[in-house]
Formats: sequence, structure tokens, C-alpha cells
Amino acid sequence: MPQKGYVEISVEGCKGCNLCVLHCPTNCLALNTKDTNSYGLHYAYLAEEDKCIACMNCSVICPDAAITVYKKMAA
Amino acid sequence: MKEGYELIYKRPESLLQTRMHYCPGCFHSTTHKILMEVVDELGIKEKTVGVCPVGCSVFAYDYLDVDMQEAAHGRAAAVATGIKRILPDRVVFSYQGDGDLAAIGTAETLHACNRGENFTFIFINNGIYGMTGGQMAPTTLEGQKTSTSPYGRDPEKVGLPLKMCEIVSQFKRVAFVQRVSFNTPANARKAKKAIKTAFEIQMKKLGTTFIEVASNCPSQWKCTPEESLDWLTNHVFPYYPLGVFKEPPKTKE
Amino acid sequence: MVETKLMKGNEALAEAAIRSGLQAYFGYPITPQSEVIEYLAREEPKYNYVLLQAESEVAAVNMLYGSGGAGGRVMTTTSSPGFSLMQEGISYIACAEIPCVFANIVRGGPGLGTIQPSQSDYNQATKGGGHGDYNIIVLVPNSVQEMVDHCRLAFELADKYRTPAMLLSDGAIGQMMEKVNLPEPIEYKPNKPWATTGKTPDRERNILTSLYIKSETMEEKNKILQEKYKQIIANEIRFDEYKTDDAEIIITSFGLTSRIAKKTVDIGREEGMKLGLFRPITVWPFPTKALAEIASRPQVKFFISVEMNAGQMVEDVKLAVCGQKSVHFYGRMGGIVPTPDEILDVIKEKEAGRD
Ligand SMILES: Cc1ncc(C[n+]2csc(CCOP(=O)(O)OP(=O)(O)O)c2C)c(N)n1
Ligand code: SF4
Ligand code: SF4
Ligand code: SF4
Repeated sequence: MPQKGYVEISVEGCKGCNLCVLHCPTNCLALNTKDTNSYGLHYAYLAEEDKCIACMNCSVICPDAAITVYKKMAA
Repeated sequence: MKEGYELIYKRPESLLQTRMHYCPGCFHSTTHKILMEVVDELGIKEKTVGVCPVGCSVFAYDYLDVDMQEAAHGRAAAVATGIKRILPDRVVFSYQGDGDLAAIGTAETLHACNRGENFTFIFINNGIYGMTGGQMAPTTLEGQKTSTSPYGRDPEKVGLPLKMCEIVSQFKRVAFVQRVSFNTPANARKAKKAIKTAFEIQMKKLGTTFIEVASNCPSQWKCTPEESLDWLTNHVFPYYPLGVFKEPPKTKE
Repeated sequence: MVETKLMKGNEALAEAAIRSGLQAYFGYPITPQSEVIEYLAREEPKYNYVLLQAESEVAAVNMLYGSGGAGGRVMTTTSSPGFSLMQEGISYIACAEIPCVFANIVRGGPGLGTIQPSQSDYNQATKGGGHGDYNIIVLVPNSVQEMVDHCRLAFELADKYRTPAMLLSDGAIGQMMEKVNLPEPIEYKPNKPWATTGKTPDRERNILTSLYIKSETMEEKNKILQEKYKQIIANEIRFDEYKTDDAEIIITSFGLTSRIAKKTVDIGREEGMKLGLFRPITVWPFPTKALAEIASRPQVKFFISVEMNAGQMVEDVKLAVCGQKSVHFYGRMGGIVPTPDEILDVIKEKEAGRD
């Protein structure tokens, strides 16, 4: 399936609250449990890029405005 | 940016880059973000003046790129009154916790509402005193344990949690009252719309506008952010239902 | 053009505030001060100042914080119990450096006390009053005319130093009627680039706060405030002397009692006693140096501070005199105004005791 969108998550801006992961309808986000940012927090990342539908649920719910969302332009 | 893609959401301009000190998952952060999205979308940054309280959000002015005054604990409504009276064309908001707005500052809150002061209350009801370490708030739920109600809030001793939206809706000069939350993306979108509506009503000078955020406090509730959402759904919303309590009569455009 | 009228002290104060460009007044009724808000309420339709009867003095002082912080020329007035309620707010205002004018039309205390005039809030006014290290400028009128003059001055000093300034008056001066010259009204044009009026693109956001969570920054802030207070001490001390040049006995007295003390000086001199009066007009900053100089004069035998309290300003007099001469005290409490005769009797006793 062609990718509809993608997100960028600021590693340092993320506090690892997991709310975006919880609310992503396509389960394409995950918390990186192996690595931490400089604050010692696990951060969220786009684990399955091609599943993102650019619905902005994650950016709406993210308390810390750490998520930027891009959408594929209509051809 | 990848080729063939367009930007559809980024951090609002008026939310400064400074990392907010709030705990992970705290709705104080979400409220700040949404508030600044509204300020940017309405293009009112140059005329917005905020008042922050004493409470966890005491540093709000470090994050919001608008003029701000820091009020004494409980007095944000009086300070906002002072600002708005002398600068009636500015968009003024007070940002207050439940201890601030509904305990120590109840008199200022109610009288500002009764006068119909033309500013917007952003009321963060997290049912606890966050800043001072988890003591009982006027909005702590019956039976809820806090450091000063270790056996659960006992209404026999301290009364029942105050329902501020329900109370302030009674005032004739209060124009708009809505309780919102950020527990789901859908509710977060509604919350944003509510804040926007409140500011628009303020700009039309229709009276006091009051937004209560049924908020969380994962740290003092001693749970994960995810569990805090469950607490909201299972315990908070049944007592503090979300929705519009009051709005101006619809006028034909 | 100066206008001359017969006016009550409180009303003259209100009129002076209007003529000084008052932009907002917030207050709560309390005797013997209520005429100020009543007068402003009557005159309101003629002008465009904000007038609001607040729900309490606590609310009033915080409204003052907000509107002063938004750049306005703002004032509140109250009497003793109300001024106590305002102290937390004044501490915040002092630290956030917001120009505001206060008047305390003092009544007797402690507690609910009496509505009769008193000077028992001297310590509260001059030693900070609220929490933390701060001072506010305290002007003491002793006539209806000075209610007017000090009002204008208080606004000017508040703006100049970005600090609260107050009139420490009392129920008698607030209530009495005297002839008064009212100054020409001014058109007030604020120049307050720090005010929270909305962030325009040409400047950083303005923040008014008294929160400095790190010890180092809190100390820095305190140093800035203390430096400002030094400037005020250097530039703004005001006092009045009456027949002190050859005086052997110096009465120190402020406000209402200074007028009685003046009379005492005249009566005493008729009886051949070389009395003089030293009257601080600013009690903070206190005219310490001037008093010390007088104390150093060889002919000066002793000081006596006459006050309507249990002995408050006398402590500042003692600090100024610094052991050079003895300092006595005579005071009445509860709203009783001392008479020249009783003061003279006390002076005679002290003099006899001394020899
Ligand atoms: C006069 C005064 N009393 C008490 C305090 C201590 N204090 C600071 S914040 C706070 C309560 C904060 O709770 P809330 O308003 O619910 O805000 P939250 O921290 O939960 O966001 C208290 C009691 C104070 N700063 N000033
Ligand atoms: S935009 Fe929607 S689909 Fe894409 S990551 Fe965010 S929540 Fe998931
Ligand atoms: S919601 Fe924001 S802060 Fe929380 S995990 Fe996702 S990106 Fe990080
Ligand atoms: S203590 Fe509670 S209210 Fe305060 S920042 Fe943390 S989670 Fe938020």
C-alpha cells in the first residue's frame, strides 16, 4: 500500500508518555524501549512507516508538541 | 521533508521551544499547546495577555510567547480583571489549577463570573494539588486518596468535590461554559474548538468564558499516563461530565 | 490654574488622584476611608477611569497588580484591617516592580479596633508589611493640602522607581475639612515599555513575576531591589523642621500629631522652653541623617517622639540618634489624640528627671 503520510518525532522533545502510541489507529508508532534521550526517557518513533495515514491523532494528543505530521500530496 | 509530501501539523509558533517542565503525559502541557494553537490560528498573539497561577503551571510564561503576569495563589481572576478593565480590547485569559481557582481563589472566581468579566478562564481540574505534592483539592473525588486524605476523601468531614462549571453556569453574565478533556484525540479536538469559541466570544464582549479541563496528574495520582486516562473515564467523567454547560444564544449570521 | 476649595481629606485625595491622571481605582469600603471610593463613583461619568468596588481588599490589591502591570496609573485606598489584607499583594507588586499607589487612612487597632484615627500602622507601612525583603515609599500627609500634594507625588515616585508608593494618613485627616489648592489636571501619558499590553513583533514578551525559583536568581533580584531602595534613600527623603535651629528639646512627630506638636512648640516657647519640631514627611525612606545631625548639636538635650501608637517611629528615631542623646516617647492609643498641654507636661517631667 502506498504510504499516505509520515511523522517526525523530536527525540529530545518526547517525554515517552506513550499516549501517541496508544491512540494511533494503525499502530504504526512505538516507544523505543532500548534507547533513551538525554533526559533518560524512552522516546516514541514511527515504527511502521508505510502504515501512517496522516490522521494527526498522535500530534493532537501529544502533550509536548513533539510530533510533526506530513501528508502525501494529491498527485 | 520528503518529496511529494506536505506539512500538515507542526508545533505552534507561539509555543516556545523551551522544554516544558510538566511530567510526561500531563494535560497541563496539552493545554498549553492547544492554547497556543488557538492563539496562532486566530492571529491574536499581539493582543493576548495571560495570567498564570501558583500551582504546577506557575512557569507557564516560560513556554507561551505572549505577555503574561504571574498572580499570587488564587488571585488570577482579580489580576485578569485588572488587565481586562484597563485594556478592554486585549484577549485576556487566566490559567488556574483547582486549588487556585476553587479553594483559595473561590471568591475572586465567583465575583469575576458574576460581574461577567470579559476574559477566559482556563481551569485545570486535576483533582489534586500537583505542585505541593499531592494534597487534597476542592475537586478531589469522594473516596480518592491523597496525602491529606490518606483514607480517601470523606464528605462528612470535607464536603463533596466542587463542580465549578455547574456553579458558574448559574451566573447570568457568564456567556460560555464547557468542560473538556484531552483523553482521546476526538476530545482534544473538541477542547481546541471550545477554547477557540471562548476567545471568539470574549472578542465579541459577550461575557465571561469558562473552560474547565478535566485534567490528569499521573505523578500525584501515582499512575502511568495511560492509567490516568482510565481513571478519567471510570471515575472523573461520571462525576464531572464533559460538555457545554452554557453558550450564548445562537444568532443568525 | 489652581482651584481653591474647602474639602474633606478623603475627597481631596480622590480629586487629586483624578487630576493626576488616575486610570483605574479598585477598592473596598471601610471607615474612615469610604469617601474616596464614593467620591470617585460620583465623579466617574465625567471621566474615563476604571472604577470597581472589589469583593475584598485581597481582590482589590490583585486587580491593582493586573491593571498597574498592564501599564495603568492605578490606586487603591483602605483603612487598617484592609491594608493588612493587602500585604501579600503588595509584596508581589514590590517584587514584580509594578507602580501602584496606596493610601491607608489609619484607624486604631489591633483587630477590628476602632474607627477613630491612629498611627499604629507605622511599623506595617515602613518595615515592608508583607513577606520578604522589600520597602515601599511612605509619604505622610499632615493636612488636607498634603493629601493632594502627596497623592500626585506618590504617583510620580511610583512610576519613577517602578515601585508601590503609599500615603500613610489617618482617620482625622481623611475626615477633616480644610481649604485646599487643587492643582491643574494633567493628561497622563504612560511610558511603560515593560507593561503587559500584548507582545508586538518588535519586542520580546513582557513578563511580570515575582517568582525566582533558583536561590541565585532570587538573590540577584533582591540585589536589584535593594539597589533601587538605595537610590530612593539617596534621592527621596523629605522632612520638615520647625524652630529646630536653637532648640534644646526636639519633638519628633509625623502626620496628624505633628500639627499638635507644632502647637506644643509654640506654647512651650512662650513659657521659655526651647522646643523644636522635626517632622518626617517620608517615613520610608526615613530622614536618618538629618536627625543624626540635629542630635549632634551641643545644645540639643533630648528627643521626644510623640505618636498615636505604643511607640513605633521612636525606634527609627533612636536608630538615627544612635545614642548621642536620650530619646523619649509619649503616645496615646485607641484613637485618642494627645493635646499640647499633656505633651508639654510630659516634656517638663522628662526635663526635670534629666537634671
Ligand atoms: C498563599 C499561599 N498558600 C499556599 C501556597 C502553596 N501552594 C502552592 S501551589 C498550591 C496548590 C496547587 O494546586 P492546584 O491549584 O490544584 O494546581 P496544580 O499544581 O495541581 O496544577 C499550594 C497550596 C502558596 N503558594 N501561597
Ligand atoms: S498520523 Fe495518525 S497514523 Fe500517522 S502516526 Fe500519527 S496517529 Fe498514527
Ligand atoms: S505523545 Fe508525545 S511525548 Fe508522548 S510518547 Fe508520543 S511523542 Fe512522546
Ligand atoms: S505534578 Fe501532576 S499536574 Fe503537576 S506537572 Fe506533574 S502530572 Fe502535571
